[in-house]
Amino acid sequence: MFAYIVRRLVLMLVTLVGISIIIFVLLRVVPGNIVDILFDAAGFVDPTDKANLEKELGLNLPIYVQYLHWIGGLLQGDLGYSYVSEKPALQEILPRIPITARLAALALLFSASIGIPLGVISAVHQGSRLDYTLRVVSLSGLSLPSFWLGLLILMASVSLFGSMPIYNPNPKTWTEAFAIYAVPAMAVGFRSAALTMRITRSSMLEILRQDYIRTARAKGASESSVNYRHALKNAILPVITVIGIEAAFLIGGLIVTETVFNIPGVARFLVEALRWRDYPIVQNLVMLIAVVVVVANFTVDMLYAAIDPRIRYTD
Amino acid sequence: MVSINFDNELRRAGAHSTNGWRRLTFLAQRYLLGTFGLIIMVLFVWMAISADLICRYDPLSVDSAHRLASPSAQHWMGTDSFGRDVWSRIIHGARISLAVGIGATALGSSIGVIVGLASGYLSGWVDLIFQRITDILQALPLLVLALVMTAALGPSLPNVIIAIAIPLIPTVARVIRANTLALREQPFVEAAKSIGMSETRIAFRHVLPNTLAPLIVLATAQLGSTILTEASLSFLGLGIPEPYPSWGRMLSESAAEYVRTAPWLVIFPGVAISLAVFGTNLFGDALRDILDPRQRG
Repeated sequence: MFAYIVRRLVLMLVTLVGISIIIFVLLRVVPGNIVDILFDAAGFVDPTDKANLEKELGLNLPIYVQYLHWIGGLLQGDLGYSYVSEKPALQEILPRIPITARLAALALLFSASIGIPLGVISAVHQGSRLDYTLRVVSLSGLSLPSFWLGLLILMASVSLFGSMPIYNPNPKTWTEAFAIYAVPAMAVGFRSAALTMRITRSSMLEILRQDYIRTARAKGASESSVNYRHALKNAILPVITVIGIEAAFLIGGLIVTETVFNIPGVARFLVEALRWRDYPIVQNLVMLIAVVVVVANFTVDMLYAAIDPRIRYTD
Repeated sequence: MVSINFDNELRRAGAHSTNGWRRLTFLAQRYLLGTFGLIIMVLFVWMAISADLICRYDPLSVDSAHRLASPSAQHWMGTDSFGRDVWSRIIHGARISLAVGIGATALGSSIGVIVGLASGYLSGWVDLIFQRITDILQALPLLVLALVMTAALGPSLPNVIIAIAIPLIPTVARVIRANTLALREQPFVEAAKSIGMSETRIAFRHVLPNTLAPLIVLATAQLGSTILTEASLSFLGLGIPEPYPSWGRMLSESAAEYVRTAPWLVIFPGVAISLAVFGTNLFGDALRDILDPRQRG
């Protein structure tokens, strides 16, 4: 087990280093850096000014030196400076994290509390009309773009209340807090709920096909006892892995939903930084996302082994 | 060489006759939802192909006299802020969505197949390197990787296709690799080896065709998510550039402020995206049930 954990941690590190290289190179193979863009916008080009600015930003150095500067800084907690605001990138990114984290947690809660029960119901009643309906609903949930769902919610809110929820860092009332956080979280969580439901259903069906379920039926256990005492207990375990898969899935939803609802979180910040070619922000945010996804997957695997005594990672 | 055994599948499912038209009608009846999905897909393909015949207006022509007109007999889905006909733009938008969807899926799958086949077949250090690269690509969400790639490559149709295709490679490569590893141990591969067939020939003529069923299932499943990703990229303003009528782009132009004033600009493009993705998802699910019974849920 210990050897396995060490091996996983090493692989995580390799993956993260790989991502940092790919992102860094990807952002710099494009013709034209931030200095070109700034000077294009200004309309005139004074070569000495341009060279000075490039030097100031370190863009005249060879690419591997720039990369080492970034990684070296990263390890010391120095993420560089935003090209746009000229503030330290850390100061720009940190305050936005709790906003997105709160949204993500709510969305995950929403998707688990809806998706897991519906998945179980659907599997237990496999082939029934109820199962059929739930499957169509979940599939249509997966087909709705979350940004469109967000826009539809805004539209409904305009026609019902005559106004749209506007983000406010310090909501005064409960209803305001609900409108600001829970509503966008539902827009993100709806798709995840559909995914959770589908995975729960297939995991539950897998378990229901096992020999020990047949044995339980053969010895005369009641239908509800088989479903809930024998099957669900084991079926719920693989569902935990869903959270790992959803980490990546949720981030995609958060990016568009924060844009629709105008929420100043990290996910929307990535889009803004990409538009502005604010590379110090982009590369650090992408690393942050990669760390979240990789750590989520690792935690889920460890949790899985901790909960299910049949699983022991060896090697 | 394709070894999907429809006949066995059909007999097991209770079909009496297994040929031609009867087979098709049986499948259509048994997988009603899948058939419905296929019909939606065919409709969208037809829209894309005959867009110029269906439309009554040029999707790009600006008409300042009829800006933000609500749906009427002249403009079935109203007009946008430039006075362009929304119905025509949606019809032409099908071209963009399908071009990106099919293009990215085809590109991503073909590279994924080659990587997966090489990885599973050559094993050793090739496998090790490919595995690490897939790990790296899978640690970033599809939308994030596609966003960074389009931002780096610049917004254009081919670049959007490439940006969406690359994140698809790892999933395909993983599936093909797993299948290849299992197939390599099969007696027919050993038989081919014993009669002196070259490794490359075995890989392409014997192993590859047997991975076709899971590949088709996966590709159909990915088609929906590529269409959604293109819509999201364009919605965020980093996908298909103006003036091309991309569904996602139409929503981004019309976003928050038109929610109040011109709801048709929000509703119709969204319906188009959802319906197209819903169709491919329904069809993909049925296809998975038919071709890959082990995964049947």
